[in-house]
Amino acid sequence: MKMNGAQMVLACLEAEGVEVVFGYPGGAVLTLYDEIFKKGLPHILTRHEQGAAHAADGYARASGKTGVVIATSGPGATNLVTGLATAYMDSIPLVAITGQVARPAIGTDAFQEADITGITLPITKHNYLLTELRELPRIFKEAFYIAGTGRKGPVLIDLPKDLQAEAGDFLYPKKVEMPTYRPTYEGHSGQINKAAAAIHKAKKPLLYSGGGVISSGAHTELLEFSRCVRIPVTTTLTGLGSIPHTYDYYLGMPGMHGTFAANHALNAADLIIAVGARFDDRVTSRLDSFAVGAQVIHIDIDPAEIGKNVAAAIPIVGDVKMVLQELIKILKPGDTEAWCEQVKAWKKERPIRFAQSADAPLKPQYVISELYRLAGGDTIITTDVGQHQMWAAQYYALDKPRTFISSGGLGTMGFGFPAAIGAQMAFPKRTVICVSGDGSFQMNLQELATASCHKLPVKVAIINNQYLGMVRQWQEFFYGGRYSQTCLAGSPDFVKLAEAYGVLGLRASTAADVQAVIETALRTSGPVVMDFQVDPQENVLPMVAPNTPIVEMIGGDAL
Amino acid sequence: MKRILAILVEDRPGVLTRVSGLFSRRGYNIQNIAVGRTVEPGVSRMTVTLDADRVTVEQIVKQLNKLVNILKVSDLTEEPSVGRELMLLKVKAEPEKRSGIQQMVSTFRAKIIDVSPDSMIVEVTGDETKLQAFMLVMQEFGIKEIAATGNIALLRGARTTRETKGG
Ligand SMILES: Cc1ncc(C[n+]2csc(CCOP(=O)(O)OP(=O)(O)O)c2C)c(N)n1
Ligand SMILES: [Mg+2]
Repeated sequence: MKMNGAQMVLACLEAEGVEVVFGYPGGAVLTLYDEIFKKGLPHILTRHEQGAAHAADGYARASGKTGVVIATSGPGATNLVTGLATAYMDSIPLVAITGQVARPAIGTDAFQEADITGITLPITKHNYLLTELRELPRIFKEAFYIAGTGRKGPVLIDLPKDLQAEAGDFLYPKKVEMPTYRPTYEGHSGQINKAAAAIHKAKKPLLYSGGGVISSGAHTELLEFSRCVRIPVTTTLTGLGSIPHTYDYYLGMPGMHGTFAANHALNAADLIIAVGARFDDRVTSRLDSFAVGAQVIHIDIDPAEIGKNVAAAIPIVGDVKMVLQELIKILKPGDTEAWCEQVKAWKKERPIRFAQSADAPLKPQYVISELYRLAGGDTIITTDVGQHQMWAAQYYALDKPRTFISSGGLGTMGFGFPAAIGAQMAFPKRTVICVSGDGSFQMNLQELATASCHKLPVKVAIINNQYLGMVRQWQEFFYGGRYSQTCLAGSPDFVKLAEAYGVLGLRASTAADVQAVIETALRTSGPVVMDFQVDPQENVLPMVAPNTPIVEMIGGDAL
Repeated sequence: MKRILAILVEDRPGVLTRVSGLFSRRGYNIQNIAVGRTVEPGVSRMTVTLDADRVTVEQIVKQLNKLVNILKVSDLTEEPSVGRELMLLKVKAEPEKRSGIQQMVSTFRAKIIDVSPDSMIVEVTGDETKLQAFMLVMQEFGIKEIAATGNIALLRGARTTRETKGG
């Protein structure tokens, strides 16, 4: 059947089951947008391409499907860069489609030309510049396949303008044939046996799990594993939600702002079973003093993660769900009773805590715990980056995977709100709350228009501390209290700002206001912005100073 | 330690950039890199010489294997292999020095491939130590310019790079 390039793109998206795309038009994608118009493909017009990329990312994180984002050539494409890098660092499946100048103009510095495949080389799993129309179906098939398999990630396809209008035959390939790309899913059985033996022998084993558990849908297996051999679990920021917070042997998050129990368990363990986690520096801090007494079993789909930061005695390359299933079949419980008691005691005696008295300034931690109390466990939380992100991770209790959406690896301010829009598109009926900061929100607040015009009921909770709080905290602790460029004086009145976009704005300045504000927000059928004016001096504790052992926790003992 | 990697890649636009970009991005230093064809149509071979310890090389090989257009990465350092580099040297060659140059050229089994009134181009092949030694000798006459291919290598015996283990 004869089609033009733009029609082919739509046919590919249909074949891949794409239900919604996020994007922003321009000269180099006019033909494509014309087809989107004709076909009526659901499309969310954001107010900035960065917003579109994060929205597609939030959609992917919430749903587990591949997110799709479209931008025009040149500035449209370069505006995707932060979004792609964010998705790349957290292994989120995205397909980005960018317009490019017409093929004869490529390389001539034509109007709105940017070498986007060159620019995104280090921040995509793979990318393509399409130069032949006949390759379009194969490349789309490959792009979705690469994005959504193995260690997932963003793939970009650059689509010259003239190619979108050129006509040709279309046949979508049924299968992908890529001899150079074959992820390993099944774990090596010899290694799995070795792991089971080590687990049986261990006296102080610890499961340390990450985003890979959520990506592969292995949360049930992880819990079963932990239960059947009685091994405590700690989960990284991107793994939050993969273990219910109510679980007895769940220790919370490890690392820089981790719990006392998690950090001490990592430090004292004789066996660490890393499951879809990558020993990031925010977790390990100083490597030469990290878990020195522990043997490591490392299960990951990406062989390059194994042994990258921490040497693994028993590496297992494979899909964590499949590997855990195999392991569970042969696991024999060892003697972990004393260890479990020890860990539970740490958990009980040294929980993360805060105090809110009625006459004290409003505490950010109180806001988060009230959000949890009133919105509950089925809610999807997205965050921006900073102190509020860490408080959300510490105090919003989670029970389910894909309910905590946060930029972990890149730490992208401005991620949370557009990601919430994407998550809301994936689940129109669920409550989606973006926990943001007064700094971060101002990095993508233009998306209020997107939420407003699509009537997306996203609730934004701004933890307004009048500072770039996380940076201020570091300045307080490590730079003699010199608050260089971290005061956000001059921020807008967020209530009025919301109203200007036709969005309900609410404000709470004392602890007594909080409940009513949250209840009103949750009752409102449209988007809401809540401005929580919190204590500007509050710090995130406990804290491990950079490059120190993870058991040297500032505020860890005082708690 | 000096390491030699043989990398078989799909012959697609941008593959060289992907490979060299990965090296610089992750802070690995390449000494040289040679690219050329193979017996398989659509497949190119890159030979990379670099200075790195075993753990670093393992990580490099794994990262390379993740690039979608890469067919095979093999660390030839641990295997018996032969390596050669081709070098062209333009040396000053006033008439009275020519016989001296010629003598060295035959000692090193090199070849004179161009002669002009006061210079010559000499072609020499060999491994790194031989080329170093030859350059040292030629410096006495005065080297005006050098062009070199970088090291290329194959495994000894019947086994091919494709048949080595790993990615
Ligand atoms: C795009 C971007 N720029 C800069 C930073 C560095 N940074 C990390 S946290 C932070 C402060 C964030 O302020 P705010 O959103 O108000 O959150 P708070 O820490 O006050 O809760 C900054 C500037 C970043 N993570 N992302
Ligand atoms: Mg702030």
